[in-house]
Amino acid sequence: MYNASDLRKGLKIQIDDEPYVIIDFQFSKPGKGQALYRCKLKNMITGAIVDRTYRSVDTFEAANLEERRMQYLYNQDDHFFFMDLENYEQTSLNEDQVGDSKNYLIDNLEVEMLLFDDRPIGITLPNFVDLLVIKADPWVKGDSVSGDSKPVTLETGYTLRVPPFIEEGTKITVDTRTGEYVTRVKS
Amino acid sequence: MLPGSNHNTPSGPPRTPAGKEATLWLRARLVQAVRRFFAEKGYLEVYTPHLIPAPAPELHIDAIKAGGAYLHTSPELCMKRLLSAGYPKIFQICPAFRQGERGTRHLPEFMLLEWYRVGMDYTGLMDECEEMILYVSDQVDRGEKLEYRGKTIHLQRPWHRITVAEAFDRYADMAAEKALASGTFDEIMVDRIEPFLGVPKPTFLYDYPASLGALARLKAGNPEVAERFELYIGGLEIANAFSELKNLREQKTRFQAEREKRRQLGKAVYPMPEKFLKDLQHMPQSAGIALGVDRLIMIFADAPSIDDVVSFTPEEL
Repeated sequence: MYNASDLRKGLKIQIDDEPYVIIDFQFSKPGKGQALYRCKLKNMITGAIVDRTYRSVDTFEAANLEERRMQYLYNQDDHFFFMDLENYEQTSLNEDQVGDSKNYLIDNLEVEMLLFDDRPIGITLPNFVDLLVIKADPWVKGDSVSGDSKPVTLETGYTLRVPPFIEEGTKITVDTRTGEYVTRVKS
Repeated sequence: MLPGSNHNTPSGPPRTPAGKEATLWLRARLVQAVRRFFAEKGYLEVYTPHLIPAPAPELHIDAIKAGGAYLHTSPELCMKRLLSAGYPKIFQICPAFRQGERGTRHLPEFMLLEWYRVGMDYTGLMDECEEMILYVSDQVDRGEKLEYRGKTIHLQRPWHRITVAEAFDRYADMAAEKALASGTFDEIMVDRIEPFLGVPKPTFLYDYPASLGALARLKAGNPEVAERFELYIGGLEIANAFSELKNLREQKTRFQAEREKRRQLGKAVYPMPEKFLKDLQHMPQSAGIALGVDRLIMIFADAPSIDDVVSFTPEEL
């Protein structure tokens, strides 16, 4: 249970049986008046953003969230399947829930699965993932139009720009937070 | 973006103690100038204990418990006892502590300047406020013009004066009593009125509904309002002042009412400040004001957040 004075950016609370994270928070209090706690909240399931103003008498339930370590198995019919590494139970997320993370999901990748009331609602990836380049155009020396980078396609279907020396069949490290190339993986 | 939020404005001074050198110098010079002003006017600088057994029972001001007593939320009660004891012109610059107040304009520990003067009413304090801030501005090498958050503030006297009733009518198109009755007074004040106050001239917002001035005298000829004002500069609330209430019975009744409201909200109920009440009988007619020093520094430093003008925030400790 939280009080209004516990509210802050990043806090996760439950409203109408759904988990919300506070993405912007502002405290205001006119002279001798009551404190107003203005929150911008993001629904952690739907992504919808709402504004709410709370007062010091308001109380909140903590969102019943749990993170479990899981391994990505495969996808089928827009569903992505994962296995809990402790109890080997399988669970799945739909494409919306996975979002851009699908660009980095390769077999056996370990992720943190976020559960709300035991229901899976999203994943957190490792910051860096190694992925195989499956398509890369050869670099033409002196090609000044494309500058010092060229596009390649990875095994997940994700395309990004990399330095010219990266070739098909090379493994590269990608930063999953920015989607950008980090380095070539030494084999 | 939330109303009143200023996260997207150009960044102010940097927020590491090392990067705050200019602001901390400005802070020191400003506080020194304030001291000089009051010394030159013949005010006695006082120090009253910050650890007290009974803070003023006000509905929305929560004291921090400390060792079986409380950290004062303002030096008000002790300073008024000094008025009763025969000190007619006093000022104090000290930290004050309020539970749970933290935002871009609030710190749970902040610096207050309070001054009290016998034989004056709140309009006299408005004049003295103008005089003091102009003096300070000059002493820190600013003239009669300041820039705050992209707005120009003109300090030439006289400053703007508007009643709470007029402000609600003008900015919110609503009667202040109606807002009070529906419980939306504070919200309307923050969202629809405050942002417009104190530009281009500092504004005195005065004559508050009687219920919003627990320690203020009711206006002669209009008991619906209390002789209370707030000073705003650039949308920022800077100071709160009263013609002080000296009627013992009335003060006791109001304290009891505030305590009862606190009880109903499940808030801590502080002991009655009995010694203050006892001394109140001897207090001459006077006026007093509390000014947020950090906020005044924010104006002079053109700082978007109170964090920018202190050496360390609570989170950095």
